[in-house]
Amino acid sequence: MVATKTPGNTANQTLTESQAYTQSRLKTGAGDGGTSIADALSMASFALLSMTSSVASATETASLDAVEIDSPKIDAALLYYLEQDRVTVAEGIFNLKLPLGDKRIYEAKLVLDTLTGSSANGAVPQDQRQTFTRPSGNGEYTINSGNTPLDDTFKDTRVQLSGNWAEIWSLDWSSNHGVYLSREYDYTSMGINSALARSFNKNNTQLSLGMAYYYDLVDPVGGRPLAMSNMVFRDDFDSHAEFRTEFDKTRQIASTDKQTVDLSVGLTQIINRHMLVQLSYNLSSLQGYMTDPYKVLSLVDASGTREAYFYESRPDERLKQSLYLFSKHALATGVTDLAYRYSYDDWGVASHTFESHYRYNFTSSFFGQLHLRYYRQEAAHFYRVFLKSEEVLPEFASADYRIGNMNTYTFGIKIGHTLADGTKASYRLEYYQQDPYSNGDQALGQLAQHELYPSVKAIIFQLGLSF
Amino acid sequence: MTFETELIKSARSLSLLVCLSLTACSSLGVEPWQRDQFAREDMALDSEKLDLTLDDHIYFSKEGTSGGRSLAGGGCGCN
Repeated sequence: MVATKTPGNTANQTLTESQAYTQSRLKTGAGDGGTSIADALSMASFALLSMTSSVASATETASLDAVEIDSPKIDAALLYYLEQDRVTVAEGIFNLKLPLGDKRIYEAKLVLDTLTGSSANGAVPQDQRQTFTRPSGNGEYTINSGNTPLDDTFKDTRVQLSGNWAEIWSLDWSSNHGVYLSREYDYTSMGINSALARSFNKNNTQLSLGMAYYYDLVDPVGGRPLAMSNMVFRDDFDSHAEFRTEFDKTRQIASTDKQTVDLSVGLTQIINRHMLVQLSYNLSSLQGYMTDPYKVLSLVDASGTREAYFYESRPDERLKQSLYLFSKHALATGVTDLAYRYSYDDWGVASHTFESHYRYNFTSSFFGQLHLRYYRQEAAHFYRVFLKSEEVLPEFASADYRIGNMNTYTFGIKIGHTLADGTKASYRLEYYQQDPYSNGDQALGQLAQHELYPSVKAIIFQLGLSF
Repeated sequence: MTFETELIKSARSLSLLVCLSLTACSSLGVEPWQRDQFAREDMALDSEKLDLTLDDHIYFSKEGTSGGRSLAGGGCGCN
């Protein structure tokens, strides 16, 4: 959905907001500390925007000085995501919005995140201790009997930069163009997105068309495992050199890529003075390497005992479609919204998402908000909890629970308030739980004694600042 | 079903849907002077943009479905 000029929320409004904000700062005499930060950020914004504006057009740069530049609007947030016994993520996000006149807005966003902890590697628990070769081939990790195998090699730092240019061309037409870059040590993503929106019916209806293209480079640690190849172990060889030779035979070192083309059509409609609805359809076509190089499947015999670990294999094409319905309602004391998304893809993953926020304004400068979300997913047709030794090895198989059957629940609360100098602060606390469930695979032998579908529980805490 | 057939079918049903919507929508809406509620900051569609961005990132990493809300997403190596 294009966010350039939704009915009732035009760039004019942003301009008015920032002007009002500037005036309020002048009135309250917010001086030394705040102003200098704002000034410094304005300077920084020019440096950042000079990078993104080159994407727009060279002729515009010449006239930058001639256009009145409003105060930039800064949104920043710090998020902690903590899973019980598993992954921990700290993520910082910084968004700079710079209106130029009343018809143009530049935005720049910087995201930094760091991830540590353990992640399920796809193998099933066993009565015995289990040993796995690390993805790099250097060293091993062991899992105690009865435990879900978690790979603790997981560490990643990611930096993401994106820029956006929104322009209102006339009363009816507006557009949005963006560039995107994300980099982590085993994955790089570059993208462009573009959208055009047309307003009808006294700006009560807006139709938008959008496209996005992403080119991703995948360069896994230790190379890409050959699809459905066998994990090799150091203990099975007399020397490290012999082990390394065999390990390298199961690997493709050269990096590979993935391409994504997204198309979307959206409709925003004002229903009455208090309600608007959105409907959008998205089509996403992915081609390239979509296998998770760090995930395996256990091959078990009739007693449920592990005979081997196979590296997973996923198709190199995926076509996803989704339908998204959204409504937002103005209440005398706050706002409520409702969203529903249905998604289906040719891997067989189908999902329903229901989500709602209810905001209550206690005063003009203090609010509380509730957030509820329910998500139900049906597994990809090649999802398997384990492989059986008497079966023919399938071409595609993955035990990654994220493409298995699951229900997830989110419950969140948020409070926000405006400080004397106009700065807005918010605090968000959410609980997120994933409950995977069986796809009908009969648990063989010892597997019946183990938890094959463990729940994942996470706490999310977020601090937000806007000035 | 091939990708092309799927596309053509989607495009046809979409154009029909859009035509119907636009016809139906012409009787809905408000006059320009009745937009006070939509000018409220908490009614802006991007009033909590960072929350949505962060949520999208979490669910993209932890679930098998992503997107739907907007195009301004982007890839990462988490799924």
